[in-house]
Amino acid sequence: MDKVNGNHDVRIGFYVCNCGTNIAAMVDVQAVAKYVAALPNVVVSRDYKYMCSDPGQELIQKDIKEFGLNRIVVAACSPLLHEHTFRSAVEAGGLNPFFFHMVNIREHDSWVHTDRDEATAKAKALARAGIRRVARHRALEVKKVPVHPDVLVVGGGIAGIHAALTLAKSGKKVYLVEREPSIGGHMAKFDKTFPTLDCAACILTPKMSEVGAHENITLWSYSEVVKMDGYVGNFKVTVRRKPRYVLEDLCTGCQECISHCVYKEPKFPDAFNEHLGKRKPVYIPFPQATPQVVLIDPEVCLNFRRGVLTDKCKKPCVEACGDRKAIDFKQKEELKEIKVGTIIVATGFKTFDVGRMPQYGYGRYPNVYTALEVERLVNASGPTAGDVLLRDGHHPKSIGIIHCVGSRDKNTNRWCSRVCCMYSMKLAHLLKEHTEAEIYNFYIDIRAPGKGYEEFYDKLLEEGVHFIRGRVGEVTDWAFIPEEEGKLVIRVEDTLAGVVRRIPVDMVVLATGLEPHADAQNVRRLFNMSCGTEGFFLERHPKLAPVNTFTDGIFLAGCCQSPKDIPDSVAQAGAAAAEALVLIDTGHIEQEPNTAYVVEAECSGCKSCIPLCPYTAISLLPDKKKAYINEALCKGCGTCVAACPSGSIVQNLFEDAEIFSEIDGLLEPTSV
Amino acid sequence: MKYSYFPGCSLKGTGRAYEESLLPVLKVLGVELEELDDWNCCGATAYMAVDEVKACVMASRNLAIAEKAGHKELLAPCSACYLVLNKTKHYLHESPVVEAVVQKALRQANLTYSGNTPVRHPLDLLVNNVGIEEIKKHVKHPLKGLKIAPYYGCQIVRPYATFDDQYNPTTMDRLLEAIGCTMVTYPLKTRCCGGSLTGTLPEPGLLCSYILLKEAITRGADVIATVCPLCQFNLDCYRDKMKGKWGHETIPDPRNKDARVPVGPHLDIPVVFFTQLIGLAFGLSEKELGLQRGFAPMRKPACAQRQSAAA
Ligand SMILES: Cc1cc2nc3c(=O)[nH]c(=O)nc-3n(C[C@H](O)[C@H](O)[C@H](O)COP(=O)(O)OP(=O)(O)OC[C@H]3O[C@@H](n4cnc5c(N)ncnc54)[C@H](O)[C@@H]3O)c2cc1C
Repeated sequence: MDKVNGNHDVRIGFYVCNCGTNIAAMVDVQAVAKYVAALPNVVVSRDYKYMCSDPGQELIQKDIKEFGLNRIVVAACSPLLHEHTFRSAVEAGGLNPFFFHMVNIREHDSWVHTDRDEATAKAKALARAGIRRVARHRALEVKKVPVHPDVLVVGGGIAGIHAALTLAKSGKKVYLVEREPSIGGHMAKFDKTFPTLDCAACILTPKMSEVGAHENITLWSYSEVVKMDGYVGNFKVTVRRKPRYVLEDLCTGCQECISHCVYKEPKFPDAFNEHLGKRKPVYIPFPQATPQVVLIDPEVCLNFRRGVLTDKCKKPCVEACGDRKAIDFKQKEELKEIKVGTIIVATGFKTFDVGRMPQYGYGRYPNVYTALEVERLVNASGPTAGDVLLRDGHHPKSIGIIHCVGSRDKNTNRWCSRVCCMYSMKLAHLLKEHTEAEIYNFYIDIRAPGKGYEEFYDKLLEEGVHFIRGRVGEVTDWAFIPEEEGKLVIRVEDTLAGVVRRIPVDMVVLATGLEPHADAQNVRRLFNMSCGTEGFFLERHPKLAPVNTFTDGIFLAGCCQSPKDIPDSVAQAGAAAAEALVLIDTGHIEQEPNTAYVVEAECSGCKSCIPLCPYTAISLLPDKKKAYINEALCKGCGTCVAACPSGSIVQNLFEDAEIFSEIDGLLEPTSV
Repeated sequence: MKYSYFPGCSLKGTGRAYEESLLPVLKVLGVELEELDDWNCCGATAYMAVDEVKACVMASRNLAIAEKAGHKELLAPCSACYLVLNKTKHYLHESPVVEAVVQKALRQANLTYSGNTPVRHPLDLLVNNVGIEEIKKHVKHPLKGLKIAPYYGCQIVRPYATFDDQYNPTTMDRLLEAIGCTMVTYPLKTRCCGGSLTGTLPEPGLLCSYILLKEAITRGADVIATVCPLCQFNLDCYRDKMKGKWGHETIPDPRNKDARVPVGPHLDIPVVFFTQLIGLAFGLSEKELGLQRGFAPMRKPACAQRQSAAA
């Protein structure tokens, strides 16, 4: 037995908190203090109104000095709330902060019981367990790990752009990795933005060019993260750069190659225009694309056959490029490895797949459109230059906008997508402006809870846009009366008028909800994050840690966390950047020492712990054939400790001696 | 594979043509059926509306007999039976209260039911067990050129869409295409036929049926194919009343896009069971398939006539 753990030298101070009446009303705190005072090794035992207050903490510090205490137990609320407070107090009093133990007699006792005597007996038992345990505590050291100052931002929508710029402006080096050929995300497709109707391009493109030009930002578009190792402050990330067949450093964005392509006319569906327009095999996604670099689509370029280089084309593009020599048909994908200290994930959303609701006729009736398609259709730089020309060649005289397609629906997605009411009203306004058509909105509730949003709704009502409350049953083309012939008929129960209505229109717009990306689960695994039931990335705390994830050093911004509008995405991106800055500017992180370690002499190298570790912290030392736990990665979950067949893994703060003493204390009969 | 067979009242009465065509078609395909011994009313929609638990008792007696018969699955061709039997299974599974009442009632008849007999629809069986390719092998006279409005009715896809899409079912489309027919676009596939309203509140009930007929006609169908005895009855049997009410309404002339003609004379479009069409393609005679029972006579499509003459 060593001296400190051999009981005779242990001098414990015990404090039971009244927490106003939160505890004192159900637990006889004086009785608890009196009871504990008589336990072995206890030198001082007191009750106090608010232990977490400054005087409460000073009380502990004074007693440490006066009575030579070397262990402290506080019986109060949950350690989640105040363990840190008391450890700091104990440290300020001159002790190792881990010579402290906290007993929860509020959430675990006073709040959940109704019999004062029994609750008091329980408090005594819990306190006794804590007293027994703390005697076994060892001094532990908080380790400091340096934080690499560079940051990775994944996803170049408005959220990723804003986060990257914020960090770059404060002098940090940022890697911005975007999957598509250009940054901009969904916002780049919009004509105007609600509720102010300012031009989306006018407010977005300056930020995009700033990203492109900023010396602190390395922009890798057309790229994806394929691997991440390491831990907070020290991530090692591998990025795959897909070949554009155009050398980014040499291309000036003059687009001569595009005009000289053997295809005289654009022929292939253009994804940026939601397939409403066409592009050539060599193209730039949209005029303001950042970076201003063209790319070649090997699936359709004549110099390839099904993606494989054949060199069969005359290549007028290469000739047009001339001395710049920017076109390189032999370009291969590249893997880049980078080191960063923090990561911001801002991968955004995808819109609901309308094929899942065949009753709305998308794909069957040409004049049924998704909202994103309409964003392109009303856009001056869109495929029709802003002319709302339907697929059947007509201009619409009446338009129905169906809200909540793939939102608030038990059969598809249960959540509200938050932006669809607002963007539907925006599109209603723009369509009216472009076509002078009669416009009908079909809604469940109008959700306009943002600054200036309700006023926007009022404005729409004044403009004479119709609002019909009811979830649409179907869109069909069967005519009940001759006037309906050749129209799309929207069948809906008007729940305000209490009648079923048939509204014939020329054009239907489906306000599709926001969903997690199809590959969200992969991205989640890549970055060791969690997803909620809907598949959006999970924040650490819905109120108090909304941009943190459960992995330290990885933060969330924008719609990948939940559907939200541009103002909220930008605000969250700023918050995520600030969280990253805290880590970078602190320069190091402190690690909770509740990590596990392997007693090498006892480890048989059976490897059974390795696959169990949720944080991939365990590896096998190749030379010694023993398990090794990377302290920086270990989160102290204890899984390996419990699973080790030879009992050779020990976890700080949860050593066998500590836990067994606690159990003994708990089970000993209360003799008062 | 051998299946228990629950005909229900319709297939022995107004929907006799369904049984008359289903049995020979399945025989050609080598599917064996054994009719449930001493079956009773399925519990049907009318019962369900008055007393759900009693309807469940009725239905579960049939399920219990099927279980006793020992075949793994029960074929219920009538949409109402199919729905009530499935609904009962669902209730027995979800509600201990219903289950207790039902088991008590069954015990009095010396029966028990474990809840494990799958209730299958012929469309499901034909597409998913027999298979389209197998069916194609038996086609002697493809019904080339016959334009069909495929009409499923509501009960096999609502509320439980077990083997097909709830809003746009396609199993019958695929079957009939396999025997050579052409489907017209018919967005009213699962719309209400009027149900029993045709008997109780004729005005709205008949209107439902009329809409279905009229729309099939304007879309150029030669025949309406259905899977449900009640749908078939409603669409087939009230034509005179519909002609009286709406016969003067006009539709675009099928032969001249710009002209309009009264709908009345066109309302005599045949309404048949899908099994009758399959039987025709398999080369079975009209008589064997009960085709003479319809009020609007179904003539064999020209191509089938020619081929059967050649054969
Ligand atoms: C039809 C419609 C209209 C709207 N109108 C408005 C409006 O008027 N006003 C408003 O405030 N809001 C509007 N919104 C909401 C707005 O689109 C979002 O708030 C905003 O786009 C969120 O930005 P984001 O950066 O989080 O996501 P996104 O815009 O989706 O950007 C995410 C980016 O990440 C990239 N990415 C995805 N996965 C990866 C990966 N694995 N690796 C690398 N990169 C990846 C994507 O390519 C994309 O560039 C509208 C939404 C819709 C659907």
